[in-house]
Amino acid sequence: MTGAERLRALGLLAPAYLWLTVAVFLPLSAMAFFSFLTDVPFGDREWAFTFDNYAQALTNPTYATLLWKSLKLAFWVTVWCVVLGFPCAYILARMIKGRSREVLFLLVILPFWSNALVRVFSWAIVLRGNGVLDRAVNAVLPWDVKLNLMFSETAMVIGLVHSYLPYVILTTYLSLQAIDDTVIEAARSLGARFPRILWRLILPLAMPGLIAGAVLVFVPVVGSFMEPRLLGGRVGTTYGTLIEDQFVAVFNWPLGAALSFILLAVVLVILAAASPALRKATT
Amino acid sequence: MIRHAFARAYLGLILIFLYAPIAVMAVMSLNASEFYALPFRFSTEWYERLFTNDEILAAAWRSVWIAVVVAIIATALGTMATLALWRHDFPGKRILQALLFPPIAVPWLITGTAMLIFFFGVGIGRGTPAVIIGHVALALPYVIVTVFARMQSFDRALEEAARSLGARPLTVARKVILPHAAPGIIAGALFAFAVSFDQFVVSYFLAEPGDSTLPVLIYSAIRKGFTPEINAVSTIIILISMAVMVLAARYAKFGGTR
Repeated sequence: MTGAERLRALGLLAPAYLWLTVAVFLPLSAMAFFSFLTDVPFGDREWAFTFDNYAQALTNPTYATLLWKSLKLAFWVTVWCVVLGFPCAYILARMIKGRSREVLFLLVILPFWSNALVRVFSWAIVLRGNGVLDRAVNAVLPWDVKLNLMFSETAMVIGLVHSYLPYVILTTYLSLQAIDDTVIEAARSLGARFPRILWRLILPLAMPGLIAGAVLVFVPVVGSFMEPRLLGGRVGTTYGTLIEDQFVAVFNWPLGAALSFILLAVVLVILAAASPALRKATT
Repeated sequence: MIRHAFARAYLGLILIFLYAPIAVMAVMSLNASEFYALPFRFSTEWYERLFTNDEILAAAWRSVWIAVVVAIIATALGTMATLALWRHDFPGKRILQALLFPPIAVPWLITGTAMLIFFFGVGIGRGTPAVIIGHVALALPYVIVTVFARMQSFDRALEEAARSLGARPLTVARKVILPHAAPGIIAGALFAFAVSFDQFVVSYFLAEPGDSTLPVLIYSAIRKGFTPEINAVSTIIILISMAVMVLAARYAKFGGTR
């Protein structure tokens, strides 16, 4: 690469990366700094360095309970997404061909690219007491049923699965599509039946895509706050809403920053643990 | 075949799960009753009210123009960066590519609150400029990935040919490389528009109360209590974002690579 070329590459790259620095990397650094302060360093406020925020965030039993609750919520949402998404991806990738596959694939992916908040709101309409689902079930069943799913953990899981299911379908679809048909033909001609082919051949080969999808679901759900607020109501307090409160209600930004960084640490551990599978899935 | 029938039924159930709540919302936005009471009586009252609600209209207009500005900036910067990443090999290139992941992989709650802290610290504060800065950063990786994918199908011999015929680098870029990249750039711009238009979390922390985008306004409205007007505006939003994505998907296929 000549000097002129290097200069041109630099000129092309600089604006985008400067923007990312100002809007993402410096803010994350600032948040790290804030998490060690006693108060926000604005105006003439007194502030000093401290580890108290982390001590508080890690020892307060309420916070620990909420983190555990968020991890459990993310676990169940991920499990449901994988259980529902894998068959769907399998059918799309290996059983349907041509134009109808293209259309169906787009239909499955489309909601994921539409407004997340609006989709959660639409579940609120369906699930609310005496709402559409209640009426529909009562119209079919002869006895009186009170579903009352709204403002429960079930409602949160349903809304979150709805939001993130397309991720798992997308990543699993990609790795299922890459499986060579001749491998499956070979297994079949050697006398393997479908359950065995699925268990010994297709599932292992689809694993990188499944893991990538699971990570893509788990990470945002641990930090979710809007879905728990709207669908969980009173029971919808999570680690995410705890952090939200520090910034918009309690205005304890240093504590909020420490809580955010603990969440980030959890996320990074998960990403690191899954990185071999993620690397396989992207190549 | 039984297995195929079963498979189609399963796909159908998944599609019902994905679309039924949206359909219910759309139908209820056309129901006369304020409390979603049945039987259904058709009425466009909520849409009429919507178009006289200045607060919602202002937020909608703000959301649209912010998304357009974000799409323009993110597409310009992202396309430039992609051309450099695609065209040249240099030390540190892998690091630069890895740096595209934090905006996607870090939960928006963390990115959003970090932006709030930093923008307050440097004096930008909350408000529309802060929202635009944040949205562009979130949209950039999507633009770069989309345009990069398109450039994978570029035949470098074309560039050699143009050069050997005496074209200058800028002419090569304008007449050979950019026309090839165009579908990817259009898809990237549509993705960027969608990222901004549908963004709630980051806008929520960065928008100023009374000066917010549509999703933020809807969120506070829902928390105060449901109204069919929110239903109506939500239906319009979902139709717009789905239309944008269908367009993006058409361009992202890059004309017959499959």
